[in-house]
Amino acid sequence: MNAPTRLVEVRTKILKQNDVLARELRERFRQDGVTVVSLVSSPGAGKTALLEDLLLRLRENYRVAALVGDLATDNDARRLARAEVPTKQITTGTVCHLEADMVADALQGWNTDELDFLFIENVGNLVCPATWDLGEALRLVLFSVTEGEDKPLKYPTIFNTADVAVITKMDLATAVEFDAAEAKRSLQSVRPGIETFDVSAKTGEGMAELVERLRSLRGLGDASNQQEAI
Amino acid sequence: MHELSIALNILDVAAEEAERRSIGCVEAVHIKLGPLSGIVKSALLSAFDLAREHSALPEARLVVEDMPIVIYCKHCQAEQPVESIQELVCSVCRTPSNHVVGGREMEITALEITALEIADPEINA
Ligand SMILES: Nc1nc2c(ncn2[C@@H]2O[C@H](COP(=O)(O)OP(=O)(O)OP(=O)(O)O)[C@@H](O)[C@H]2O)c(=O)[nH]1
Ligand SMILES: [Mg+2]
Ligand SMILES: [Zn+2]
Repeated sequence: MNAPTRLVEVRTKILKQNDVLARELRERFRQDGVTVVSLVSSPGAGKTALLEDLLLRLRENYRVAALVGDLATDNDARRLARAEVPTKQITTGTVCHLEADMVADALQGWNTDELDFLFIENVGNLVCPATWDLGEALRLVLFSVTEGEDKPLKYPTIFNTADVAVITKMDLATAVEFDAAEAKRSLQSVRPGIETFDVSAKTGEGMAELVERLRSLRGLGDASNQQEAI
Repeated sequence: MHELSIALNILDVAAEEAERRSIGCVEAVHIKLGPLSGIVKSALLSAFDLAREHSALPEARLVVEDMPIVIYCKHCQAEQPVESIQELVCSVCRTPSNHVVGGREMEITALEITALEIADPEINA
């Protein structure tokens, strides 16, 4: 039964299809001049709340839009639509993360060359989204002060694949005795050099700085260089 | 869990590669997996066992080679292993580095076939 075997060498990425599509999307976004920013976090860390505020602030000067992924309901898309910018819900059903083809499908009929910023809110999940490239130029990872300072140590991969960290719900920091220094040590340990913003969508604290950082992506066409540096 | 979706991807890509090389029966699929791929090996192995039954490669086992996380250390001016996935510092001099050169692998590296089978000569196609 156990006949001798031999190996035939193959060199292929497991997620070849997703990788190819993500690369095509990234190239399309670059040509269309739209800066694509994705958001990942655990469920309820405040992605939609942050986006609601970001959309309102950015729409003053930019053409902005958002896609939002959830397993079920279009509640988040309806919340985002209050900013009166184009939004679309991606309902993933049983899939716990977004994949590049879902983004491509959701964008059908959209003229991305008429946008300056496109935000993609991933499904609330600190594990699975790490593995799928969506063609974004910048990936924000959020974690809220109520989640514990060691979140990055528990989910190192997602923090490692992100470009910028955003600590949310800072208005609650004192109430939960949030140790900011400890949180930043955890972040720097799993992702040395990661830039961090402390914000509250409720009070607006730190939002101007984050908006400034996003605006900088539009300057001098350096948005496309960002993802090379990951 | 996303490991089932990864397992299905492996089976699809492996079946495609086997067909291209006119391989009839794949005994095993060999992959490289880095800790920063976000894929949990044990979960992947169980998912693969489930997924292969109704796939084009029902006989195939999954053989996983675990890859280390390797960074480029500016201080050592060399590629070095890291302390741990929680601590991306050079394990020799403890300088932090986010210049990851290894550890994100998610690759199919080889198909294991019975030696008798005549495979297409274009091995590295
Ligand atoms: N106090 C306070 N509460 C916040 C803040 N941001 C979000 N919240 C609350 O946290 C809860 C979850 O916020 P969402 O914005 O829905 O979180 P999410 O990450 O989009 O959640 P999912 O899409 O379900 O993963 C809501 O009750 C928000 O009102 C904040 O800055 N301060
Ligand atoms: Mg949400
Ligand atoms: Zn070193």
